Amino acid sequence: MSQMTPPDAIKEDSMEKQKQMISANFHELAQAPQQGRKVVSTFVPGNINELLMCFDMARNLPEINALQNGMRKKTGRMIMEAERSGHSEDVCTYVKADLGMMAQGNIGPTGETLPKPDLLLLSYTGCFTFMKWFELVREQYDCETSMLHIPYQGDGTINENMRDYVVKQLREEVIPTLERVSGVKFDIDRLREYMRESAKSEEDLVWVLQTAKNRPSPIDAYFGGVYYIGPIFTAFRGTEDASEYYRTLRSEIAERLEKGEGPITPDGEMKDEKYRLVVEGPPNWTSFREFWKMFYEEGAVVVASTYTKVGGVYDFGFRHDPDHPLESMADYCLGCYTNLNLPSRAEMLSNYVEDYQADGLLINSIKSCNSFSAGQLLLLREVEKRTGKPGAFIETDLVDPRYFSGANVKNRLESYFQMINQKRGGGFSEGVAA
Amino acid sequence: MNNFQNGGSAAIVDRCRRLFDDLEFSEVREWKAAEKGRKVIGYMPVYVPREIIHAAGMLPVGILGGGDQLEVIQGDAYYQSYICRIPRSTIELGLTGRLDVLDGMLFPSICDVIRNLSGMWQLMFEDKYVRYFDVPQNYARDIGGSYYVNELKQLLSDLEKLSGKQISPDDLWKSIEVYNENRRAIQDLYHYRAKRPWKTPSPDVYLVIRAGMVLPVEEHTQLIRDYISAVEKEEQVMRDNCRVVVSGVFCEQPPLNLIRSIEMAGCYIVDDDFMLVTRWLLEDVPTSGDPLENLADGFLNHSNETSAKYVPVTSDKGQYLVEAVRKNQAEGVIFAAPSFCDPALLDRPMLQNCLAEENIPYTAFKYAENSGQMQPIREQAGTFADSIKLWSA
Repeated sequence: MSQMTPPDAIKEDSMEKQKQMISANFHELAQAPQQGRKVVSTFVPGNINELLMCFDMARNLPEINALQNGMRKKTGRMIMEAERSGHSEDVCTYVKADLGMMAQGNIGPTGETLPKPDLLLLSYTGCFTFMKWFELVREQYDCETSMLHIPYQGDGTINENMRDYVVKQLREEVIPTLERVSGVKFDIDRLREYMRESAKSEEDLVWVLQTAKNRPSPIDAYFGGVYYIGPIFTAFRGTEDASEYYRTLRSEIAERLEKGEGPITPDGEMKDEKYRLVVEGPPNWTSFREFWKMFYEEGAVVVASTYTKVGGVYDFGFRHDPDHPLESMADYCLGCYTNLNLPSRAEMLSNYVEDYQADGLLINSIKSCNSFSAGQLLLLREVEKRTGKPGAFIETDLVDPRYFSGANVKNRLESYFQMINQKRGGGFSEGVAA
Repeated sequence: MNNFQNGGSAAIVDRCRRLFDDLEFSEVREWKAAEKGRKVIGYMPVYVPREIIHAAGMLPVGILGGGDQLEVIQGDAYYQSYICRIPRSTIELGLTGRLDVLDGMLFPSICDVIRNLSGMWQLMFEDKYVRYFDVPQNYARDIGGSYYVNELKQLLSDLEKLSGKQISPDDLWKSIEVYNENRRAIQDLYHYRAKRPWKTPSPDVYLVIRAGMVLPVEEHTQLIRDYISAVEKEEQVMRDNCRVVVSGVFCEQPPLNLIRSIEMAGCYIVDDDFMLVTRWLLEDVPTSGDPLENLADGFLNHSNETSAKYVPVTSDKGQYLVEAVRKNQAEGVIFAAPSFCDPALLDRPMLQNCLAEENIPYTAFKYAENSGQMQPIREQAGTFADSIKLWSA
């Protein structure tokens, strides 16, 4: 089937639905100025989409622009443009892709011009670079900036002081700023309604991600997972569209599960599940398909990943709570994956390896992202120590094609699969290069 | 305690140099051993309220990496090539037992690398007190201020448990006063250097300030005062150097040779952002009222600007650097940033834009704490100095 069917023919309904949603959002953004809609730019982790929708604002997410441009192979030139104008080769390539895109006319991934934001909502969650990113961007836009600072879970817990701090910022600074910029009065019941909708999507997403505990896994929780998190991590959480998307996705996965099918890949269903991995770190976007292929060609499926928790950790029970809207919004922000300390991350990864019956942990270490990357080599040791399962480490980047070396990554993966085989005591598997 | 008057500034600088070179923290060990029950708390850049540590009867010790004399073997195994040097050398110090003298470590909010190092420390040194010291990026008194006061209370309570000593408001007042005095002394030294940089070579000033990372604060204040008195009595030849501000050196420290090279290349450093913890608060903290509220107020309203802090008003961004140039009559800025330092390198283009608008010349390079080759730095700084001398009106 996979040989006969071109990749776009095997897209499921949920994929088509998501594609339409993303295109529609880029179009909405492009049209916003003509339609008199205000535009807010904000980041994925700790995004407060439900609140922003209360003010009828169009939502622009710079990381999504960068990754979409990366998948379309446009970011190399953008990054070089930013470096030519004085930005260091050492810093985050999402930032440079964004600045390069602006320098080249701010044409978005779908070819439409992205509007000038009316507000930069700096949700400083789990990543120091976000703060500098919007300081850099606001120099060019000269628009209002509102800061939502999310304290870090340094001791692995959320305490009252942290929650109160976030709620106060929301109540006393962010909401009044949104009211002023948008001209729309805040309606908490509207917020509750969106949050109720969010919780539905969250429930379905968790169900989908946890189907990977089955053998074979009906999903790939990393390469497929990045599609599954798309709506809920971005401009759609809290919308009926998102709820519908997750309902559809859930029924598709339920069907695959019932039939005992493996995950859908760009080349069709992955039939023979040989390796089950937990993956830590974001994917590479510029060679996303090539990267994914290195896994499914070897029969490797990712059963759990941390990147799919970067815009919200839902699998331990958190749901947006319409009865305590601001407090639960604070907890959401505080609980995003990169806001967790290293011991919490080590525990989460070890539990994933155990709970999802994985063969081991693979870390894709991203040059651009110190928030993820600093400390990952220790995480690898910790998880190996706690689970007794072998780990492996590869290095790529988010959207800088110069830092994706396909041959090196493939070599390392092949060695890793050999290692897993040896660990199982089964020798070398067929088709794995020696 | 020590009398350096007879040996002049050279004797003081020699002592500071010995402290700087001593990666075993011998004097800290001696301080700790001198009295039973003494405790030592390490802290990393960029700022912690040392007053609270002092009030608990503990010695705050600045941990600024391993410099260029430490061979990093184990530390490198914990980091990818694209991460700066300071965490790896700090881990090396920890794993080789050099930091055993510390009873705890504070990791301030400066960047994701130091933030994550706090968690690594929790995993690697389980018997030690470890705290990620978060600070507000919201500066409203009732919002960020209230959050920060509670963070200070938590730190205070932790240190009380660790030391077994209740910290009274009176203890805090006394500690605030000794740190006010220390900041005044450092400010005097900086003012003195800005006026007579030929009498206060920057490598010497650096060592004198750096001594404050390991000495008890009272001793350090006296040492600075002694140094100023000593240099006042000494004659030095004034060279035809240009005057520069050095920016970006607030975390991983450059080798001493780099500071020397800048000066040898024809640049007097008249201001810098080395060891900002010593100059973070720009005014005396009042010694009446609620001490923690006052420390918080100092942080929110009277603290230094650096890349680790959010600047709410766009037009304020970088103005501190322009002001530093004006106030110290500098002729240019040298941006020296550690390789892979997110705060310094992300900030740099914005700061450069501010300088360009004011027609202030600048140059920029990167370093690592273990950089060995100074010739390129000397050439770049020398060319910069020449261009200022030749072309500035």
